[in-house]
Amino acid sequence: MNLNLTLIGQSLAFIVFVFICMKFIWPHLTAALAERQKKIADGLAAADRAGKDLELAQEKATKTLREAKAEAAGIIESANKRAAQIVDEAKEQARTEGDRIKAAAQAEVEQEVNRAKEQLRSQVSVLAFAGAEKVLESSVDQAAHKDMIDKLAASL
Amino acid sequence: MAADGSSLTTTGYIQHHLTNWTYGKLPAGTYCDGTSVQETTGWTTAHCAEEMAAMGFNAIHVDSMLWSLGLGAIFLLLFRWGAKRAHSGVPSGMLNFIEFMIEFIDNTVKDAFQYKSRYVAPLALTIFAWVFLMNLMDLVPVDWIPQLAVLVTGDPHFYFKVVPTTDPNVTLGMGFTVFLLIIFFSVKQKGLIGFIKELTFHPFHPSFKGVGLIFAPLLITFNFILETIGLVAKPISLGLRLFGNLYAGEVIFILIAAMFSAGLFFGLFAGVLHQLWAILHILVIYLQALVFMVLTIVYMSMAFHEDDEDQFNH
Repeated sequence: MNLNLTLIGQSLAFIVFVFICMKFIWPHLTAALAERQKKIADGLAAADRAGKDLELAQEKATKTLREAKAEAAGIIESANKRAAQIVDEAKEQARTEGDRIKAAAQAEVEQEVNRAKEQLRSQVSVLAFAGAEKVLESSVDQAAHKDMIDKLAASL
Repeated sequence: MAADGSSLTTTGYIQHHLTNWTYGKLPAGTYCDGTSVQETTGWTTAHCAEEMAAMGFNAIHVDSMLWSLGLGAIFLLLFRWGAKRAHSGVPSGMLNFIEFMIEFIDNTVKDAFQYKSRYVAPLALTIFAWVFLMNLMDLVPVDWIPQLAVLVTGDPHFYFKVVPTTDPNVTLGMGFTVFLLIIFFSVKQKGLIGFIKELTFHPFHPSFKGVGLIFAPLLITFNFILETIGLVAKPISLGLRLFGNLYAGEVIFILIAAMFSAGLFFGLFAGVLHQLWAILHILVIYLQALVFMVLTIVYMSMAFHEDDEDQFNH
């Protein structure tokens, strides 16, 4: 068991090795480990967030669906109302139109009657004269009796 | 068996296995095989224990240095490979193992060392991995590599110890480096005054009032002696603990190996013993590396620790 220069040689080698380890090995490996740790933590956080997002999205979807349903129901109701209104309006319109047409037809009929009366009236004197001529077989002064016949026709 | 057939004895075999390949300056004198050296030679390889002792401090254990540097290089290359390929994705194979090691060291350091320092964790990793690899050489059957070295060099007396941690130079070298780090960080954290205070004012705090003033120098001297012994004991115990455990383990492996040549019965018996001892030793080499590392972390923690006790006593 001799103590000799090996002691110093080993010390120097030890210092150099520790230095190399400190400079070129330890930081790289610990950095990689720390980075992985961070990555995993980030991944877990992201998964967590995604879960929450999904929940939120589902909630939102349900809400939207509910709103859409309510809206649709509203639309259907208003459409029904409107349809009923249109039908009522149409009925009303038809009724007035019918009334108008009836009134117009009545007026025409009256007019037609009047016209026929007028025509008849204008021909009464001629007929009367023809009748009287036949009865009397004599000539009658048309001019003398025309006024009398006209008076008669006007009273018709 | 390591030596040439004729001069082989069990004692010689064991001693041969426990001798380092020493390279140093040999002073003048007469040595082992009768050869006398007239004057101090240049750098040369020692041929026997006598020559090694004569070389004194001015020599180096080539085998210890080769193996420790080589194993350290393996550790650094492996982890450098890992450091280059480290990424934040899914690791695989070897990278997994390296990351497991890093996390293990990191957790151990965090448990025992509550301060912020970028030196301590790499220090701990280097100690653990390096010491573990050096200890691991103990599990290689004791004759394999030395016998290979004999074949390669052609010298039947070639000394080649493969377990660097059975060389006290190696373990104490690391221990004293840790010692220097302890002193460096103590002074850096507490200042020179604070460090001297720590050495002199504990465990018996001297009083500077009244009668206490008479005892103050006595207490300070006593504290200083006590604390210095405690401080110096740290690296020595670190180095000698590792050395002692591994040296003892190696000696037992060599004793078992020496039994292989003593007939069939002893050979088989030795085989079983070797297995048992190797299995036990797997635990020892891991534990010794761990102990060295954990104690270093604890010593570093003590070096960083600033005592607030002074505030109450003043």
